[in-house]
Amino acid sequence: MRELTDRALDTATARGAAYAEARVVRRDERAIVVKTGTVAALATSESEGIGVRALVDGAWGFAATRSLGPADVERAADDAVRIARASATAIRRPVQLDERRPAHGTYATDVRIDPFAVPLEQTTATLLDADARMRAVEGVAFTEALFAAQREAKTFAASDGSFVEQTITHVGGSIEANAVEGDEVQRRSYPDNGGGYRAAGYEWFEELRLVEQAERVAGEAVALLHAPQCPPGRRTLVLDPSQLYLQIHESCGHPTELDRVFGTEAAYAGTSFLTTDKLGSFRYGSELVDIVADATAPGGLGSFGWDDEGVAAQSVPLVKEGIFVGYQSSRETAPRLGRKSSGGMRADGWNRIPLIRMTNINLLPRPGMTLEQIIEDTDDGLYLHTNRSWSIDDRRLNFQFATEVAWEIKGGKLGQMYRNPTYTGITYEFWRNCDAVGDTSSYRLLGTPNCGKGEPGQAAHVGHGCSGARFRDVQVGVGKW
Amino acid sequence: MVTAAPSELALGLAERALTYAQERGPDQAEVLYLGEDSALTRFANSEIHQNVAESNATVNVRMVFGTRVGVASTNRLDEEGLRRVAEAAEALSRLSEENPDFRSLPEPVPIESAGGAFAASTAASTPEARAAGARALIGVADSLGVRAFGSFSTSIDTIAVATSLGIRAHQASTRAHVTTVAMGDDGEAGWAEAVAVDVDRVDPEAVGREAAQRAVRSRGAASLEPGDYQVVLEPYAVSDIVETIAYLGFSALAVQEGRSFYEPGKHIGAPLVSIWDDGHDPEGLPLAFDFEGVAKQRVELIRDGHAVDLVYDSLTAGKEGKRSTGHALPAPNPWGPFAINLAMAPGEASRDDLVRGMERGLLVTRFHYTNPVHPKRAIVTGMTRDGTFLVERGEVVGPVRNLRFTQSYLDALAGVEAVSRERQLLRGYFTSLLVPAVRIGAFTFTGATEF
Repeated sequence: MRELTDRALDTATARGAAYAEARVVRRDERAIVVKTGTVAALATSESEGIGVRALVDGAWGFAATRSLGPADVERAADDAVRIARASATAIRRPVQLDERRPAHGTYATDVRIDPFAVPLEQTTATLLDADARMRAVEGVAFTEALFAAQREAKTFAASDGSFVEQTITHVGGSIEANAVEGDEVQRRSYPDNGGGYRAAGYEWFEELRLVEQAERVAGEAVALLHAPQCPPGRRTLVLDPSQLYLQIHESCGHPTELDRVFGTEAAYAGTSFLTTDKLGSFRYGSELVDIVADATAPGGLGSFGWDDEGVAAQSVPLVKEGIFVGYQSSRETAPRLGRKSSGGMRADGWNRIPLIRMTNINLLPRPGMTLEQIIEDTDDGLYLHTNRSWSIDDRRLNFQFATEVAWEIKGGKLGQMYRNPTYTGITYEFWRNCDAVGDTSSYRLLGTPNCGKGEPGQAAHVGHGCSGARFRDVQVGVGKW
Repeated sequence: MVTAAPSELALGLAERALTYAQERGPDQAEVLYLGEDSALTRFANSEIHQNVAESNATVNVRMVFGTRVGVASTNRLDEEGLRRVAEAAEALSRLSEENPDFRSLPEPVPIESAGGAFAASTAASTPEARAAGARALIGVADSLGVRAFGSFSTSIDTIAVATSLGIRAHQASTRAHVTTVAMGDDGEAGWAEAVAVDVDRVDPEAVGREAAQRAVRSRGAASLEPGDYQVVLEPYAVSDIVETIAYLGFSALAVQEGRSFYEPGKHIGAPLVSIWDDGHDPEGLPLAFDFEGVAKQRVELIRDGHAVDLVYDSLTAGKEGKRSTGHALPAPNPWGPFAINLAMAPGEASRDDLVRGMERGLLVTRFHYTNPVHPKRAIVTGMTRDGTFLVERGEVVGPVRNLRFTQSYLDALAGVEAVSRERQLLRGYFTSLLVPAVRIGAFTFTGATEF
């Protein structure tokens, strides 16, 4: 592999690059989808190639090719330099990178059972069993059971001498039941609607115990059909981790990406309300809110040894006791604030440049109350479970979420089930009204395998750890139903 | 720069992969070749900050034993890679379960080539040309006192399909796409976009001017109470409604699963509303066949406000004893067929007429981050973005801060009062869309933001 990266880096520097990086990535995937009793997808894929990023005259160029032949690798490096020269005709602020020691070493996800070595028929049988149990519940209209595994072997090398090899493995599994009657389509899913992914081996899929959850999931989907519409009003919400993880993703993860703050995502995903003048002083949430970007969290979808700029994995605070204190950053953006990169640059494969992406954006648990005790401590509220829909404005202020189900909390006890719950608010007002965060007993490491960002589009696997939490005075029920 | 293999060469490679697949003895086999040579120049704060190019191609092998189906893909296209992907597809299909819904891979049908899908000028585009386009766009923003953010991309997409049933299809397509947001120091913003097969038909300077002028008009936006307002939606916003309605309701799988609002003949829109999918429309981004190699049929989804037909792939068509309409996605595809060449019929009004006909309402440039809240009623939430204006007595009186809507898109189509005669070609998430501006009697805004 070093021969390939040396060839790319030597070519780029010989053509005039002041700095260059080469990443050789091989990605293997397998997926099984069972839909309503049939195997709808049984598939594998492999993709490999090299991407070369070159810095010339203060501007970036990037070229990628699937061919690892010597001539094509040299052509990619040559193209990267040529593209960088074209970029340099329209720059106003030459790129400056922070200092770091050259990166060396290896990293691999902790995998006990290789997901690519497990017989596919074994996994298929598990999914078919779970699917059959869901369909056995009267009233279920259609179902889905999913398994996915991804392994990425990547080599990063840079003209400063860095050379890093990593193997990152992610496994996911989930089930979903849908019930239909008239205009209503109600869904329940497990473990959450993001696919139940973890950085782990096949042991994670086994831990999910999809078959054991199937009947409950299906029963709740059918029950939702006849549950009352969630009534609107200003309410106290207790959010289960299966919803709170996406609230963190949208309202803290994205707005603390420093490239968004500097405008480089403005034309696509947008910018951020967390402008640099707010750093260190803005009250983002209540004193109970501590949020970190932690690329070292075991099992997190955003965990690795080094990011795709060769910066070592680390945990950095974003919100500390409610105060906004940090950004997710890169070697290019951090120096503009006099800081070092937070190590958050990640690329979606060999053919994409690294962007500032979430690692594991985690709301830290607080000792004191379990999720159950938070519910018991709530006189009148709603307990919302499992994300169903999400939307937020392009500065990450006005959000609206829907969950699959809500349960009324009365006198500290869960009661009536409601369908179609929605809630909306302004990010900092919402987090300032957080008056309880659960302890480690309900803390779960969740994540999403499809966080979209960048042009050309990139999908990232990102992690979110959280326990349940309570929020006061939230607007519930939006629109005409 | 990289150059794409001609689509004939892609078909040749697909046939070679098919030979390897057929050596494994399947009842049926399909090879799909997808090639992409693309480049994108991205700018922000009126400077280029990202500039990329890639060359990739994958071969997707679907193999069938009885009704057991497996799919393997690779981007290793040497003989060893093609042999191995065939082996993998065989292993998967033998391990799979019988699928009672599977009837057959599609039979070959004549495919009329899609004229106007490829432009040599786009294929020959260079990073220097894209940088020049970006500079021109930035120059306009500079002259109007705002900053430019956006991208200028060019691409060549090559698709070829070869199957054991005799399908042989290939096409190379090009696309040039410019998007931009112009923004000023007070947060004012304006959007513009252009897409075409031929890069020479995309004028970055004109796109930059439209966005910059819209941003300048957005300065000093006032707060507005959420509520029901009459609206004029620019084509950028209309594209989201058309794409979402097609996705939620007009896939045969959505209907078969009971999650669609579709019923034949159902009243869905005002009489002015007609929406169809047509891969052969030369004003769109033509595509002659789908990812199963089936010729694309023109499918009317809504005619004069009434639901007409659905799009099918071979699996969903087989379940109903019908033939595919040519709307399959690459296998394996558990998500069903998609309409990806959408168009909405033009009306007779000018865009200015739409605004003049509004007593009090909002002129909305585009939507942001929309997501279904209730799929079967097509209730969608999202934000306005990059140019929202209050209109009173037919005149734009000033910009307003962005609003959140939570609105049934079905009700929105039913409330269409007027449609512009001008249409614009745009890119959606999965689709190309040729759409007009529209005026809608009432649109429900449910929240506000701070800018």
